[in-house]
Amino acid sequence: MSAIVTISDLRKTYDGGLTALNGVDLAIEEGEILALLGPNGAGKTTLISAICGIVSPSAGQVVVGGHDIAGAYRAARALIGLVPQEISLEPFEKVLTTVRFSRGLFGKRRDDALVESILRKLSLWDKRDSQVKELSGGMKRRVLIAKALSHEPRVLFLDEPTAGVDVELRRDMWEIVKELKAQGVTIILTTHYIEEAEAIADRIAVISKGQILLVEEKDKLMRRMGRKQLTIELDRPLEEIPEALAGYGLEPGPVAGTLVYSYDSQGERTGITRLLNDLQAAGLQLRDVSTRESSLEEIFVGLVAGDAGEERS
Amino acid sequence: MNLEAVRAIYVFEMGRTFRTLLQSVVSPVLSTSLYFIVFGAAIGSRIQEVEGVSYGAFIVPGLIMLTVLTQSVSNASFGIYFPKFIGTIYEHLSAPASFLEITAGYVLAAATKSLAIGLIILATSFFFVELSIAHPFWMVIFLVLTCLSFSLLGFIIGIWARSFEQLQLVPLLVITPLVFLGGSFYSISMLPPFWQSVTLFNPVVYLVSGFRWAFFGLADVSLGLSLAAILGFTGLCLAVIWWIFTTGWRLRQ
Repeated sequence: MSAIVTISDLRKTYDGGLTALNGVDLAIEEGEILALLGPNGAGKTTLISAICGIVSPSAGQVVVGGHDIAGAYRAARALIGLVPQEISLEPFEKVLTTVRFSRGLFGKRRDDALVESILRKLSLWDKRDSQVKELSGGMKRRVLIAKALSHEPRVLFLDEPTAGVDVELRRDMWEIVKELKAQGVTIILTTHYIEEAEAIADRIAVISKGQILLVEEKDKLMRRMGRKQLTIELDRPLEEIPEALAGYGLEPGPVAGTLVYSYDSQGERTGITRLLNDLQAAGLQLRDVSTRESSLEEIFVGLVAGDAGEERS
Repeated sequence: MNLEAVRAIYVFEMGRTFRTLLQSVVSPVLSTSLYFIVFGAAIGSRIQEVEGVSYGAFIVPGLIMLTVLTQSVSNASFGIYFPKFIGTIYEHLSAPASFLEITAGYVLAAATKSLAIGLIILATSFFFVELSIAHPFWMVIFLVLTCLSFSLLGFIIGIWARSFEQLQLVPLLVITPLVFLGGSFYSISMLPPFWQSVTLFNPVVYLVSGFRWAFFGLADVSLGLSLAAILGFTGLCLAVIWWIFTTGWRLRQ
């Protein structure tokens, strides 16, 4: 795969002195879904806005589909669709009119069949003659997506597409994103919901304080950073952990009578067999065992906390 | 050239005009008709002719200018201010469209609307006063140029404004006084010499004068000067808009 968006040393300091982007380097592969994760104020929206032409970068370069966003802005922007975080729509316009407007603004000829198919896909066709102000919040967000798709972008930026959206609509949205990916559209989404990134992203980029901390394939990241935990439920609570089991780093579990053993699931030896043997040798009776994997959220919190720690030291 | 973008903005803006037809067209026509009744019929009948033209007819060009100027400024300023206010400006900024194309869409729509209103008022005036147009071609040229140049000014005001109050401020505090003091209702030759010189700093004088010349062949300043003033003003507005889009002033952070 080749990069469709290349960001080099992108910086942005606002007039007020706030540095939102502090040298971002990132290559986004064609056809992938990249989730951009980061805490509030990390620079996610500024990064997207700078690529799309809404914020002027202070320094650095962005190339989209081989076109520099400053020098060849027409060619670059023609490839990009943006679904902003805020619901910004003309309240008195009809759904159909506002979607047609977006297509025209991006220099594309009117195409009623295409607009109809987009509206149908987003369950908006029945609402095509409704004024935007009559729609629910979730429907308005769909209109924003329809507007962005109306000019057939090759790269789609979704800035927190499911913020404040109910679970059902969120799952619909994920389906739409997956369909777009199947059509070859590159998707970059920012999100607060780690669950979202976990469900649909191919790669994860973590941004904090205007810098990219890491970019990695989601599965690899989860494998690499993922720790597994084995929870052992005993038939009775222990006063203290027996001497023979001291080397395992066992910790008391959330419920009395449980012990938690953490291990690296990618390690050559997990040590589970040996632990179970030693437990038996120590005369402990097991009632139940269960394992769980650390979620992306735990990995993310660990990364961002680590970054803050490094800065302090 | 992204002509589709110009067309899209134009169609979108004209759509809003048709949605608010009563407010957009009927109200300016009604208020101008009231001027005709008060100044033309009621008071005008007691005023002697101005430079050989009945007072009722004399004020027609000025009244059209008054409406066209205020309408051009308010249409164009609202057109661009509203997307800024509700946040949909993100789409214009991220579109593959140049400053010229975005400006053209808004300004052409605003100018079309004011031109239509100007022509409706002209048609209405025939009901109130006896009127003939000496130079119809130049009358149209002046009307179109005025609609365009003041729509450009309105576009700048719309970008500059940070609140609805500011949006109203310039038309109210600047445009209306300039039009009233720019010879809409009198010939500047009626003023004392000192005020005649002061009035020449008012750009509206050149518009009204040129426009009135097209009707009656009478002008306060020469036709060439009127044309030069309006073209110079258009050029200045275009330069300011180019600067706004290049620097992103009040548009891009």
